[in-house]
Amino acid sequence: MIEFRSVTKRFPDGTLAVDDFSLVLPSHKTTVFVGTSGSGKTTLLRMINRMVDPTSGCIEIDGADISTLDPVKLRRGIGYVMQNSGLLPHRKVVDNVATVPMLRGMPKKKARDEALALLDTVGLDRSLAGRYPSQLSGGQQQRVGVARGLAVNPNILLMDEPFGAVDPIVRAELQQELLRLQRELGKTVVFVTHDIDEAFLLGDQVVILRTGGKIAQIGSPAEILANPVDEFVSTFVGADRGKRSLHVENHGDGDVVVDETGRLAGVLVGAPPSLAAAATAPFEPESKAGPQGSGASAQGGDPR
Amino acid sequence: MIFLSETLAWLGDPAHWVGASGIPTRLAQHLLFTLVTLVVAGAIAVPIGFVIGHTGRGRSVAVATAGAFRAIPTLGLLTLVALWVGIGLNAPFVALTVLAIPPILAGAYTGFEAIDRKIIDAARAVGMSELQILLKVELPLGLPLLIGGLRSATLQVVATATLAAYIADFGLGRYLFEGLRIRDYGEMLGGSVLVIVLAIVLEGVFALVQKLVVPRGVTAGRPTDIRDGSSRSRAVMEPAIEEGNINVHSK
Repeated sequence: MIEFRSVTKRFPDGTLAVDDFSLVLPSHKTTVFVGTSGSGKTTLLRMINRMVDPTSGCIEIDGADISTLDPVKLRRGIGYVMQNSGLLPHRKVVDNVATVPMLRGMPKKKARDEALALLDTVGLDRSLAGRYPSQLSGGQQQRVGVARGLAVNPNILLMDEPFGAVDPIVRAELQQELLRLQRELGKTVVFVTHDIDEAFLLGDQVVILRTGGKIAQIGSPAEILANPVDEFVSTFVGADRGKRSLHVENHGDGDVVVDETGRLAGVLVGAPPSLAAAATAPFEPESKAGPQGSGASAQGGDPR
Repeated sequence: MIFLSETLAWLGDPAHWVGASGIPTRLAQHLLFTLVTLVVAGAIAVPIGFVIGHTGRGRSVAVATAGAFRAIPTLGLLTLVALWVGIGLNAPFVALTVLAIPPILAGAYTGFEAIDRKIIDAARAVGMSELQILLKVELPLGLPLLIGGLRSATLQVVATATLAAYIADFGLGRYLFEGLRIRDYGEMLGGSVLVIVLAIVLEGVFALVQKLVVPRGVTAGRPTDIRDGSSRSRAVMEPAIEEGNINVHSK
């Protein structure tokens, strides 16, 4: 469990990035910080591994105040995945993954063996182990980044817009892989993104931030969608544009789901006609359950 | 043209290739002196450059100081130091060290500065200590530019080391000063040719070293490079693997 207690961060240039922020991030769940640029979401994330120290307030991990811990040791126990992978360009894939375990004193042979196994875990072929990062595609680099983050088997995994720089198809693929990994591993994941759809897809707890690290709303994706607390949140999640208000229209050869602007959002599958007729706005996403989920579920969503 | 034939005659005279003032001895002296100067200048400049490059602090001071060092006329400094410490190798040694420091310093810190900040940030975020970042990330990635600085310093020192002979019976510069004194232009030109050849050889060595120290992952091309058809990139590359295909293996 990670707990923020009235954390404030003011940078030397006077910018107030985070103002009196308090939050509990439950263990084995994914918490997503989502907000626009300048909302302090990355600062919040980087305070957890002491890449940024708060100006005031404290952060506890499982009850221990992290300001009393050695930053280097703390970081070695926390997985970190960043945008553009941040891999060491002069080290092969396998050595990049084995870097942190070796810093912690694991013998080279064992670290490399475990790194190879981690490549399997993140869905990379072992034949890529001998390549350098520059020889991989963006999506492959991100997978290596995730493998490196998992290499010390951390309880906490910090992910700073990890899929922000890959194309939409690869991003969707990586998001599904992360959901699978999270089902298997059950880490405490802290995920930063500016993409609300990504936040709703991945988050158990979604924290919508406004400028200055102030919480606009916290809740499960369903709670936020059903009851946006104010205009800022409804604008942010797209409810005001009718993007989230879906209804079914019959086009003769099948039922399709359409949003308020009349834009096609997907098709209705697996629903008996009576249910389909009843499925009107507001639409509650079953993103967690995915297509295997019971009853009616809209597929497609927002193809960005 | 007469100078050329005199030069060749001087260089070809077997008498000039033996003894304490023979070409091999003077060449070795010159080379050794250059090396010692570079080692000492490097010992001073490299750590300072690394600290500046790693912390990002003190850069403006270093640039200003290095600029001032460069502006010092070496012959003037040599004379000044010689008046102070006396005749011998100490004075040229000090003067040449001062000459060699700026390019090495610049090579050391620009090498670090040229590294993508995201790589260093990531190295720190996964738990590398500052020393580990310096030794395992910044040093290997910054080495090519450091070698470039050493290369430039070497060229300046090897050419300017002729000045050592101004106040000491030492090195290839002796032929220049002696030739000038006795108006033996064949000897002067011969000495110059030797210095030039030495400089070119060292330049070649450094050019090679500079290529060799570029880390492999940095030279290895991106997957799109396969198409450019050069044999060099083909030797390092295997066919690109499509993102989509990977899941086939993993499932």
